[in-house]
Amino acid sequence: MGQLLEIKNLHARVEGKAILDGIELTIDAGEVHAVMGPNGSGKSTLAYVLSGREGYEVTEGEVIFEGKDLLAMAPEERARAGIFLAFQYPIEIPGVSTSVFLKSAVNILRRERGESELDAMDFLKRAKEKLAALRMDQKFLSRPVNVGFSGGEKKRSEIFQMAMLEPKLAILDETDSGLDIDALKIVAEGINALRSPEKATLMITHYQRLLDYVVPDKVHVLAHGRIVKTGGKELALELEEKGYAAFDAASKDAA
Amino acid sequence: MTVPAHRDASGVHEATCKAYLDRFAAKRAELPGAGLPWLDAWRERAIERFAEHGFPSPRLEEWKFTNLSKLAETVFEPIPSAANGISREDLGGYRLEGASDHLLVFVNGRLRPDLSDTGAPGEGVTVTGLSRALEDDAEAVEESLIGAGDPSAGERASALGQLNAAFMGDGAVIRVAANAQPERPVHLLFLAHADKEPAGMHPRNLIHAGEGAKLTVIESYVGLSDGPYWTNAVTHVTAEKGAAIQHFKFQAEGAGAFHIAATDVDLHENAAYTSFVMSLGGILARNEIRARYNGEGVHCALKGVSLARGRQHLDTTTRVDHLMPSGVTDETYKGIVDDRARSVFRGKIRVAPGAQKTNAYQLNQNLLLSDRAQADSKPELEIFADDVKCGHGSTVGDIDAEALFYLRARGLEEREARTLLIEAFLGQLIDDIEIGPVRAMAREAFTGWLAGLDG
Amino acid sequence: MAVSSETLETVRSVTGGEYKYGFVTDIESDFAPRGLNEDIVRFISAKKEEPDWLLQWRLKAYRFWTGLEHEEPKWSKVQHPPIDFQDAYYYAAPKEAKDGPKSLDEVDPELLRTYEKLGIPLREQEVLAGVAVDAVFDSISVATTYKEKLAELGIVFCPFSEAVKEHPDLVQKYLGSVVPYSDNFYATLNSAVFSDGSFVYIPPGVRCPMELSTYFRINAANTGQFERTLIIADRDSYVSYLEGCTAPMRDENQLHAAVVELVTHDNAEIKYATIQNWYPGDKDGKGGIYNFVTKRGACRGRNSKISWTQVETGSAITWKYPSVILQGDNSIGEFYSVAVTNNYQQADTGTKMIHIGKNTRSTIISKGISAGHGQNTYRGLVRVMPKAKGARNYTQCDSLLIGDSCGGHTVPYIEVRNPTARVEHEASASKISDDQLFYCRQRGLDLEDAVSVIVNGFCKEVFQKLPMEFAVEAQKLLDVSLEGSVG
Repeated sequence: MGQLLEIKNLHARVEGKAILDGIELTIDAGEVHAVMGPNGSGKSTLAYVLSGREGYEVTEGEVIFEGKDLLAMAPEERARAGIFLAFQYPIEIPGVSTSVFLKSAVNILRRERGESELDAMDFLKRAKEKLAALRMDQKFLSRPVNVGFSGGEKKRSEIFQMAMLEPKLAILDETDSGLDIDALKIVAEGINALRSPEKATLMITHYQRLLDYVVPDKVHVLAHGRIVKTGGKELALELEEKGYAAFDAASKDAA
Repeated sequence: MTVPAHRDASGVHEATCKAYLDRFAAKRAELPGAGLPWLDAWRERAIERFAEHGFPSPRLEEWKFTNLSKLAETVFEPIPSAANGISREDLGGYRLEGASDHLLVFVNGRLRPDLSDTGAPGEGVTVTGLSRALEDDAEAVEESLIGAGDPSAGERASALGQLNAAFMGDGAVIRVAANAQPERPVHLLFLAHADKEPAGMHPRNLIHAGEGAKLTVIESYVGLSDGPYWTNAVTHVTAEKGAAIQHFKFQAEGAGAFHIAATDVDLHENAAYTSFVMSLGGILARNEIRARYNGEGVHCALKGVSLARGRQHLDTTTRVDHLMPSGVTDETYKGIVDDRARSVFRGKIRVAPGAQKTNAYQLNQNLLLSDRAQADSKPELEIFADDVKCGHGSTVGDIDAEALFYLRARGLEEREARTLLIEAFLGQLIDDIEIGPVRAMAREAFTGWLAGLDG
Repeated sequence: MAVSSETLETVRSVTGGEYKYGFVTDIESDFAPRGLNEDIVRFISAKKEEPDWLLQWRLKAYRFWTGLEHEEPKWSKVQHPPIDFQDAYYYAAPKEAKDGPKSLDEVDPELLRTYEKLGIPLREQEVLAGVAVDAVFDSISVATTYKEKLAELGIVFCPFSEAVKEHPDLVQKYLGSVVPYSDNFYATLNSAVFSDGSFVYIPPGVRCPMELSTYFRINAANTGQFERTLIIADRDSYVSYLEGCTAPMRDENQLHAAVVELVTHDNAEIKYATIQNWYPGDKDGKGGIYNFVTKRGACRGRNSKISWTQVETGSAITWKYPSVILQGDNSIGEFYSVAVTNNYQQADTGTKMIHIGKNTRSTIISKGISAGHGQNTYRGLVRVMPKAKGARNYTQCDSLLIGDSCGGHTVPYIEVRNPTARVEHEASASKISDDQLFYCRQRGLDLEDAVSVIVNGFCKEVFQKLPMEFAVEAQKLLDVSLEGSVG
């Protein structure tokens, strides 16, 4: 399978403060990667830089997505190119029903891919299937986007949206946090259902427990804005055992 | 747009205005600082403006809810006679025992050095009477007065402020040097003992905190007699860059008193100003605070409670001008209204063009305890910038019947239950006062007021 | 000079085509001479063959108005150059066969094309939409559909001038009973010179089976439009009324000073919805309608209800406060409003809820959106009178600010004279959150769509009060109004 995403020497600042300090990361189609690290290591910053959030200033390096310069693209262009970010803290949009919101997003992406738009019936049929798989109530569609959702509902809503939008690269920012074990399993099923040879997933997480259910091909340890170690799924277990301190020290030595 | 001032056409007001003009003409030479050319001119201009506008009428938006016709019926002697009978013993509980080094006591508008304690020097604080300051260092007073803006011109002025400028008698001049942080508060105690004549007091206070300075100041207005008199106070507060001022005010005027007070607050970069006003005296009172944010990053907390009963009319008016970015305003005013009393809140927050990142909220809540109690509320936002978070809330209602029932079901008598719920309505505001002795004083006043409820 | 050529000239001189409804219909009009005096008032009344009592009422209003000179309301936040009330025509009507159209077939085809451009093909609506339309063109009503069907139920839905002839008792009883001729400067002017409008009477126990709808349109140049609408819902009745407004593009400002009076008796309900899209002026604030309107309803009966919904996207200046006087015990007043100001538009709008009866309830939901140099003010009064035991009000005013040159203001007045009342008011003002925009864009929406989605969500509580097809129209209008405001 070909290379989907390539991050080269990525440096980024937030409010003048350097957060990312030379990230190197390549993701091939079909792969699932996990980026792990302690609080403040730059995990969420990486997710936001990749999705193009304002206020995250890239000072050096490049990101190539399917041969294109990702950093030159507007957030919606990245989304249309197939990048999906499951937010750590999903945003509430009062007054906008989830179905109306998602239907426009789905059809924008379908148009982009040269597919026909879904009409209301088709959309609803598909949405119901995906909701059922995530064990979510259909009423959810008529509720305003994320408004009044519990923490767990918000996370599931993100996975539901991901399932509907069928991205090439899904970036999951701490999707596991705040979920009880049952919800975690359901969400993991949702993520696994999307695995395919053409698609890839980048999971950002503090804990390894999600990785028990979504087994990654590669695990990266992020500390002080750099990837300090890369390994297989066993690296996650090692982290769980030893904690981040060891890697922290290693990165400081490197710096 | 402001409504053009309408002069009240009633003959009574005309006659009262004329009486004040006559008093001014007759007594101007006796006023403090008479003979200082700038001050003479300043007073002259003020009385002219007062003559032009007269007493504000309810047709003016600013006075829509507060009718001054009763105030305008009487001529309050603007240079009242001193009440010399008062001694230190009479100060009794009005002093903040052990809490303040600096106590200035004014009786009928005049500083009484014999009753005052000017405190230990060397903390970077100077506290003097205005009248004295005009003798010792008129230039500095001029600078403060003129620096605070011509009080007889522009939007910040009102006809009553002009009358104050014309008859300005005494007041406190407080200066805190840069970075000075006196440990204890400065207490200004204004006593009124007007049993011989309707006295009109026009105090003016100048409070200045230099860069990085900290100051706590307490103003108390206490009536020792129930007859009619009028306090018409103007206070200028300036907090320079990074200065922090806590300002408490107790309005406990006599039962027949009129109390009109305007506090102009100028706040510079990163200054902090906290105000707490407790208003429970007088027959008609208005506390007006006008704050301007002249620098970025100003923090301002305006809090207050009004406790109105009988036929009291208690008015709280605030105006906050966010002229610069990143200002924070947190306003909460609560009123409890019993009998045939009336509580009025008018609060305006204005965010000027360019004052981005402003964060401002105002809350007004009123609890009505009787069939004929009244409340008026007008929280107002005027916003000319987009990157802001502003809001307000206002509620009026009586005691929650369900809560009352709940408490009675738990065995409380109705009277107890009511008192508990009334207490709960604004107790927190008092508990949040940081300075212990001040909190105790507010708590005591509130408890005393609650004890006077009919049940 | 024939109006047709004058108006066409005006239109030719206007460039650009942002305002979809900015065309002028080429038909001959019948004008009263320019200016305003007692003779004009008499002329209007005579033209309409009005009874003497109505002429006298107009004259009373006119005389009162002349005493009000220079007393135009100044308390609102809107600003405009002084209006020369002598430099306008107070009567303009399309010239037609003397007796007016008996059916749609007799209506000037040019007029019908105008309505088609506006999106209200009368015939189609008659058949498909089930909406009865009373169309007011400049000053007189040209066609009323569905009249017969309504007549079977005893419902009167006709041009005001026709009601004066056919139902003089009803008109005389209610005209000016909610908005007296002396109410305010513009209402007084309207009382003197009002041209036409709609009249609705729903008899006791009747539920009007369809939405009643009126489209107003100012066509001729230099004419003020002073329509007058009166809706009476007798006891146990119900009616839903919709009003839409458009006007052609012109460089000069035009005055629109309407009066709407609503009356509900015991257990009756009136829903009144407005979509106001008068010409807002161009990007530089040139031209546009001055929309100075007095709308007020009286809940006279017990358990009666009046609900105002308005979507105000047009006009250079909007000055209106649809209000409810809650007289009957248990009566309900509602006000749902979306007001948009872009470019140099100004809106000062809100409501008055006057609680007089026991257990009266009111709800106020106001959504103000300001963009460009637009100034948007919510101004509202909630007054609880001493006898209004158990009165309730809930008010929520939200302002959305788009761009750093606009203004959003909130001026509520709360006056409570009864301790058992419960009044709650909340307001907020902010810009569209960057987080929301980013979230939408991350899902593939471009900036403009993201703004549109968020703004429509912001207005949802109001839009859902509109019948479906009008909600869709309102959303579209919102998008058009805010075009170019973000980027």
